[in-house]
Amino acid sequence: MQHLQIIAAQWVAPKIDYFALAPEIVVVVGLCAVLLLDLFIDQRKQWLLTIVSSFTLLAAMLPVLMLGLSETSVRSMFDGRYVVDDFSLVIKGLFLLAGYVVVLLSSSHVEQGEYWRGEYWFLLLTSLLGMLMMASSRDLVSIFVALEFLSIPAYMLAAWRKRDAKSNEAGVKYFLLGVFASAVMLYGMSLMYGVANSTLLVDIAKTLTTTGDFAAVHALAVVFVIVGFAFKVSAVPFHTWAPDTYEGAPTPVTAFLSVASKAAGFVALVVLIYTAFPASQDVWQPFIWVLSALTMTVGNVLALKQHNIVRMIAYSSISQGGFVLMPLAVAGMAGSENSALRSVVLYMIVYAATNLGVFAVILAVSAKTRSGEISSFGGLFSYAPSLGVLMTLFLASLAGIPPLGGWIAKFVAFQSLLQSQSNWGYALAIIGAVNSVVAFGYYGNVMREIWMRPPPDGDVTPIVAPGSLRLALTLTSALTLVFGILPSVGLRFADLAEIAGAITR
Amino acid sequence: MFVNQFLFLAAVLFCIGVYGVIARKNAVLMLMSIELILNSVNINLLAFAMRNGSTDGHTFALYIIAVAAAEVGVGLGLVLLVYRNKKTISVDELSEMRG
Repeated sequence: MQHLQIIAAQWVAPKIDYFALAPEIVVVVGLCAVLLLDLFIDQRKQWLLTIVSSFTLLAAMLPVLMLGLSETSVRSMFDGRYVVDDFSLVIKGLFLLAGYVVVLLSSSHVEQGEYWRGEYWFLLLTSLLGMLMMASSRDLVSIFVALEFLSIPAYMLAAWRKRDAKSNEAGVKYFLLGVFASAVMLYGMSLMYGVANSTLLVDIAKTLTTTGDFAAVHALAVVFVIVGFAFKVSAVPFHTWAPDTYEGAPTPVTAFLSVASKAAGFVALVVLIYTAFPASQDVWQPFIWVLSALTMTVGNVLALKQHNIVRMIAYSSISQGGFVLMPLAVAGMAGSENSALRSVVLYMIVYAATNLGVFAVILAVSAKTRSGEISSFGGLFSYAPSLGVLMTLFLASLAGIPPLGGWIAKFVAFQSLLQSQSNWGYALAIIGAVNSVVAFGYYGNVMREIWMRPPPDGDVTPIVAPGSLRLALTLTSALTLVFGILPSVGLRFADLAEIAGAITR
Repeated sequence: MFVNQFLFLAAVLFCIGVYGVIARKNAVLMLMSIELILNSVNINLLAFAMRNGSTDGHTFALYIIAVAAAEVGVGLGLVLLVYRNKKTISVDELSEMRG
């Protein structure tokens, strides 16, 4: 008891930098506004909530831009537990933009089926707030709180269609596995705290090693924490929830989960690897190597035999996750530590733009065909040429064909592997290259339907996509093209100084 | 103070919890097993906090208790939703989607 009183006496109120917290504050205000408006406006004026949510996200981008342009490059609060640096600003911009596109995708979709729309926007904004926090967290407690903050609303979003058995199933599966994973992760975190006597990542880095009396405990802690986030990024063998949840959840929610929620998992992994685990690379490097190789291969092989387009994209996004993990497997080796960070950030940005585009096309097409089968894309080019061309563009970018965004992202990832100049790196590069070719099998299958097959039911009325979907398609296709044709634009954002607080090796 | 006994208790609880999540088919019992894991984490944190003489462990444990309550709230809500639609809470019968 004595030491508690001593510590309590030393306590000083922390200084809070409200400018650095401005993006989060804007989102908090916006989600409270949505919650209150939902109570007072009647059902016919629900479109107001859509407007409020989209403007909240746009307004939150302003402080992110201002912070990015300001002179101070690192703003650290609470003894370095909450840090706003270039890395977190780029990631926050990515989350806000992805969130804005998801709002555009959702706006016409949520009107179907008389569900309570206010809940949808509130949960979406809350989950985004958790992601913004995740980008700045540099402490075990804040990482845990941010993870739950972004996951719990996501469980509810997946089950949002309350009367639909598939949506229920999606929510329950996601919930049970997600909570289990975070419990395992917490056990690892408790061991980490035990050996380091601090929850601050920078302090943990000083004590976490692979030699000494506690080597086994350290290794266990690192593995458990990585397992927790492997669930979040649906890395094989922790991917079993992903296909069912992606298929059962409302399609815009699937877009959100497969892009933003997945990116949040990667952000946490990157922060942990660079700031907390630098001295224990003997443990996490082989582990991530195996995860990455398995994720790419299993995701691809299972995607080949899918008939449902959303389920196929689910497996494709699992395998794309393997490509994001790929450079992390050599992140601890001299020569590729900077390029691995650059590659992960660039891959996440490009993948977000491309995958959201794919979902925008799927939403536009399925609104007409009322089907989730890949064969429902038959003859798309003949009656909706622009959608056909855009889908081809996005799929080609996912497959990594130049001159599209996906190509430069893959190029940088392979470059990082080769820079490690180790056999591990070369071997993983070969596995990755084989998988890029295999992936073309299922992407090409959809392209063949679009360009060469006749429409399955002979219905050739053109598709009129709502304005919000068209805006989303314009944004995502422009980004996919720009990143590919002008790689320097994407690299400008991805070329970061080291994460603030990271220990230089 | 012997920290080992607490850590051993926590490890046993953790293993029982993991076994429960994998072996049980009833959604509510799976939730209870997850709670066991979370409580083993709390015991771990408090034992380490005692050994290290810092308060970080206490703070962390308080956060875990609060978040676990929120999680169970959502979890039971989801289980109730499934029960209303399917009249069962066995996770084996959640098999609308395959492949």
